[in-house]
Amino acid sequence: MMNVKVLFFANLRERAGSRQVELDLAPDVTVAGLKKILLEKFPALKDYLPTVLVAVDREYAFDDTVLSDGAEVALFPPVSGG
Amino acid sequence: MLAELTHEEILRYSRHLLIPEVGLDGQKRLKNSSVLLIGTGGLGSPAALYLAAAGIGRIGLVDFDVVDPSNLQRQIIHGTSTVNHLKVESARSRMLDLNPDIQVEIHNQPFTSDNAFSIAAEYDLLIDGTDNFPTRYLTNDVCVLLGKPNVYGSIYRFDGQASVFYARKGPCYRCLFPEPPPPGLVPSCAEGGVLGVLPGTIGTIQATEAIKVLLGIGEPLIGKLLLYNALEMSFEYVNLQKNPNCKICGQNPEITQLIDYEEFCGIPGYDHNERAGGYGWDISAVELSTMMANGTIPFLLDVREPHELQISAIDGAVNIPLGALAARLSELDSSRETIVICKAGTRSARALELLLSAGFKRTKNLQGGINAWARDVDPGLPQY
Repeated sequence: MMNVKVLFFANLRERAGSRQVELDLAPDVTVAGLKKILLEKFPALKDYLPTVLVAVDREYAFDDTVLSDGAEVALFPPVSGG
Repeated sequence: MLAELTHEEILRYSRHLLIPEVGLDGQKRLKNSSVLLIGTGGLGSPAALYLAAAGIGRIGLVDFDVVDPSNLQRQIIHGTSTVNHLKVESARSRMLDLNPDIQVEIHNQPFTSDNAFSIAAEYDLLIDGTDNFPTRYLTNDVCVLLGKPNVYGSIYRFDGQASVFYARKGPCYRCLFPEPPPPGLVPSCAEGGVLGVLPGTIGTIQATEAIKVLLGIGEPLIGKLLLYNALEMSFEYVNLQKNPNCKICGQNPEITQLIDYEEFCGIPGYDHNERAGGYGWDISAVELSTMMANGTIPFLLDVREPHELQISAIDGAVNIPLGALAARLSELDSSRETIVICKAGTRSARALELLLSAGFKRTKNLQGGINAWARDVDPGLPQY
């Protein structure tokens, strides 16, 4: 197993009801796999996850990016205000 | 050959001339530069003021709106004396007061696929200070296709984002956000509110980045996204990558000309104060008032956030915030005539769609929201 920390930003915090969560995941889980797990834990994120920006250890991550133990995953929603 | 500075300009820009990274050559370069600001609202206000003060020789302003009293909490280029004036004219007069040596060109129209190329082609760099997704994608695509830098900023309540999207050197907006979020998911400032000083912080960062790019100094936010939170006073950075599959700047671009951005995003390119019906599901404030005066009292469902009801509310209305509505449908009686209410009619239209899809048939949307009710029926209530 490996441990990753997931951070929520902007209105994702309100939707998730949490600023961060630590998860124990099977090795070699990808960003896409993590999104599926988050969807189960936080159904309120359903509409947000497809368009959210994902950063792993402060690097932009694609859906096929593989997570490693101790990774910090940050989720940023698009915002449009100006 | 760059235009020279006059003696008056040398005095005006003295503090710039003293820093070697700008100096006389840099100041001349700024004088010979041009910037197009998309939007003269929260982000555009500080950006326009600082760019004018900095001596950018030619600044274009695109906006179609007029100054509203509710803008002044953050849109500091405008003033109480310019309420109801065109925003571009209000902004121009303030900028020329600050610096009469620059040119300010105004484009009093929405930025659209029809006019974007011809307007943007005349400027070195664009600043995205718009308030909606369709115009953000449009601004991005125009910059990619014309090969211009796009200095991006965006805000939500206490959170801000900034970057420089310059497809020749790094990723573009579509590399980060290939698809817009579903319509209605991300609240605008008019719906969700925003800390007034937040666009000051982000718009000022945009002005800084624009000057750096024009001067070729420092490390602009190319390939980096800045994420700011005012409550925590935190500045986070994410290193970005060009997306090889990006539809406009990737290896096999599909988008080679401007598209219909309102269709792409599923929403209009500008805030409509009042949702323009079209569904046959709207009721006006006056119609609702008449109906109630005649003794028909419908179920009034107010879908705003609880703290908004402290500002204004219709007696007897039941509050279920839009975000909680789907989970609380069982509390409602689908056979009863129901009027859905929000601030200006946008959230309630979304709630209406939800109710209709859940089988509620006797449901209507209060057109223009509680603000229309305050304006047309109950002047004792404030508009906000």
